Amino acid sequence: MNVLQFTDNGIYCPAGDFYIDPWKPVKRAVITHAHSDHARWGNQYYLCENASVPLLRLRLGNDIQVQGIAYGETIFFNGVKVSLHPAGHIIGSAQIRVEQDGEVWVASGDYKLENDGLSAPFEPVRCHTFITESTFGLPIYRWPKQQQIFDGITQWIYENQQAGKASVLLAYSLGKAQRLLYHLKDKVDHFLAHGAIAIPHEVLLQEGWPLPPVERITPDTPKTAFKNAVIIAPPSAEDNVWMRRFQPYSLGICSGWMQVRGNMRRRNADAGFVLSDHADWAGLLEAVTATGAEQVYATHGFSSVFARYLTEKGIAAKEVTTSYGDEEIINNPES
Amino acid sequence: MQQFAELVQLLSNSTKTNEKLGALSQYFATAPDKDKTWVLALFSGRRPKRTVNSTQLKTWCMQATGLSDWLFEECYHTVGDLAETIALLLPPRTTPIAAPLHYWLEQLQQLEKATEETKQAFILQAWDALDNGERFVFNKLITGGFRIGVSQKMMVNALAKTYHIEPATLSHMISGNWDPHNVTIEELLHQHTTGADASRPYPFYLAYALEGLPETLGTEKDWQAEWKWDGIRGQIIKREGQLFVWSRGEELITEKFPEFTPLTAALPDGTVLDGEILTFANGLPLPFQTLQTRIGRKNVTRKQLQEAPVIFLSYDLLEWEGTDIREKTLAERRALLGILVQNTQAPVLQLSPEIIFDSWDQLTQLRLQSRDKGSEGLMLKKKIAPYQVGRKRGDWWKWKIDPLTIDAVMIYAQKGHGRRSNLYTDYTFAVKDGEQLVAFTKAYSGLTDKEIAEVDNWIKRHSIEKFGPVRTVQPELVFEIAFEGIAESNRHKSGVALRFPRINRWRKDKPVAEINTLEDLKELLRVNGHNTNG
Repeated sequence: MNVLQFTDNGIYCPAGDFYIDPWKPVKRAVITHAHSDHARWGNQYYLCENASVPLLRLRLGNDIQVQGIAYGETIFFNGVKVSLHPAGHIIGSAQIRVEQDGEVWVASGDYKLENDGLSAPFEPVRCHTFITESTFGLPIYRWPKQQQIFDGITQWIYENQQAGKASVLLAYSLGKAQRLLYHLKDKVDHFLAHGAIAIPHEVLLQEGWPLPPVERITPDTPKTAFKNAVIIAPPSAEDNVWMRRFQPYSLGICSGWMQVRGNMRRRNADAGFVLSDHADWAGLLEAVTATGAEQVYATHGFSSVFARYLTEKGIAAKEVTTSYGDEEIINNPES
Repeated sequence: MQQFAELVQLLSNSTKTNEKLGALSQYFATAPDKDKTWVLALFSGRRPKRTVNSTQLKTWCMQATGLSDWLFEECYHTVGDLAETIALLLPPRTTPIAAPLHYWLEQLQQLEKATEETKQAFILQAWDALDNGERFVFNKLITGGFRIGVSQKMMVNALAKTYHIEPATLSHMISGNWDPHNVTIEELLHQHTTGADASRPYPFYLAYALEGLPETLGTEKDWQAEWKWDGIRGQIIKREGQLFVWSRGEELITEKFPEFTPLTAALPDGTVLDGEILTFANGLPLPFQTLQTRIGRKNVTRKQLQEAPVIFLSYDLLEWEGTDIREKTLAERRALLGILVQNTQAPVLQLSPEIIFDSWDQLTQLRLQSRDKGSEGLMLKKKIAPYQVGRKRGDWWKWKIDPLTIDAVMIYAQKGHGRRSNLYTDYTFAVKDGEQLVAFTKAYSGLTDKEIAEVDNWIKRHSIEKFGPVRTVQPELVFEIAFEGIAESNRHKSGVALRFPRINRWRKDKPVAEINTLEDLKELLRVNGHNTNG
């Protein structure tokens, strides 16, 4: 039974008449997390995890009709049972469990297995069919433990300061930026941030998330403030005149793509830190196995590779095309 | 090994020359002596003998990881580098060994006559002993080709800084035929520059491209003009009764060109000539494709000697009667060269003719004849200039003719390597032949990073088919392809082979219906091409 279907508008539940992360405007949208390729503008009603509500309002406007529920809480659409479960991707990110007549499907959204300290840690959910992301679905992607990465970042900041340089870290404004702030808060006294990061940061501080204060960079920020500073900026700031004021600085990119040297060289970063909010190859396999699913659909990422591999391992798997970022979109800022 | 891995990491990440120079000279100041000699060898193209091949590495990696062939290939095409792919796929090490670079290189060399099992055991042990960065360089040492943006010039400058030796002298000291196995860096750098090794060439002086008009160079009287030929730049050395032929890549290629053997007797001892190795028949150079049949072969067949005979077209004299005369002016060196060629009386040694001209205007006119003569354009050299080291602005200019161009449509795309890995950057282009499209060339370079990203994105959305790493795309994107020459070829479906094809620009303004045809290509061949056997 197809509890969920792949349609032109997105992942659809016919019996419950709702969509999961639709990419075209629909009536009812259940949202896995607040990143822009998953939470899109124009839906009539939104349902998401409680922690996602202020983020959705921030990104889509205060006037949206949005309902928040807690992880594990159940809600019914025409008798179809829907609940949200931690995905560990960013604050408020959820896997969507959909049960109809005892048949259980789970749509993962984006997820990672390592506990980042802020997002509710990933919980595997038993199901018959699992729709999984596969952003890093190749065995070359194996993440080091985050402690090791943050030690590396701390060391790099220290070396930059010794050389009289500012440290500019590029990290996606929602998720990665907070993860950096949270893990560096005891090592760094003062953070400066681009507006794109300072704005959601403000919202998250109001919500009580344990994050350090940041100083928003404005045209009036004096150049002296950048000396030896630690600056967090979104990937879009790269190659931008906005960066020039930080001279001299060293540029570090935090992304899973930094695993491959060519990507790092192409982006002219001084340092690449393999820090991702997605599961690596082993993480994807572990997640799939833990669901006990008989059937797997692999969406955005190296979906064809991952599906073929699972099939060889005896799990019926297919590749599905979605609009959550195309295969291999390397500069996808949300990766 | 750790120190070398860090050096490689830094060199390949940095885009700043000063940073690279600093890292290199720091390395030369602190690394173990034996490691330094090896690094010097590696970065100057003296590759260690290959004792294990890429296929073996791949097979052993697949066995160690349990990955199937197709999955390994997917990974390889995403990473774009075999050494790196393997380093990434292997499980974390369990038995670290902290040994210097030369230890691993010497171990590898000792495998030359070892059995397959011994080789495999050693490689697996090494993989398990090295961290990710070290593994990458270890694999690179085996597969070869460190393309990390370190020119020989940069390395020479770094060494010069560390050892306080003049770069030109140093260049000379480290050129020639030496083996890191039996030479120490101290021996290389503390020798007398003359007589140490009869085979040693001088560093080549390289020209810059002239971008404006020759008028910017001042008065025409100060300049000598010659045709620029597309051959192999080389030096012919006759010392101590022996003849040596060097390519610009500092490769000793004497054996490949038996035609030059008579020069052993004909040239006086203590002679070094600079010039171009060209395939030549009936007083005219043959296209470069014919020369290619002579490169990369150890033994030259009689057939090749007949079909692609070579000459040495000399244009400079660097050593005369055993004396380094590079400090003399070009006019003086040229005069001596003329006498030498005259006296040698060997048909394989020719003098690059001077072009007589009275004004820049006249020379500009003469330049238009380049293609008819099978030449790439002109060389302009300052008459009072000494022979310099490396690529230096000011005294030598190449003034090439504008390339030939053709508008074509992209039909296949493949991912690139190195800093272009995981991006579709290698394209195949087609021209129209009636209603059909005929592939005629591949081209890589020529687009900006921004354009590459745009094309890459387009390809991912407009693929029709996937054959392994190659994607067939909808024939929609039109590009202007520039190339230096065109020759007939029976190895290509289109019947033509291009010389130095590259993308000149993206013709967003041009619909596919208006691209060039196979007829147009054949016309270019008729007007500009040569008949060849290549």
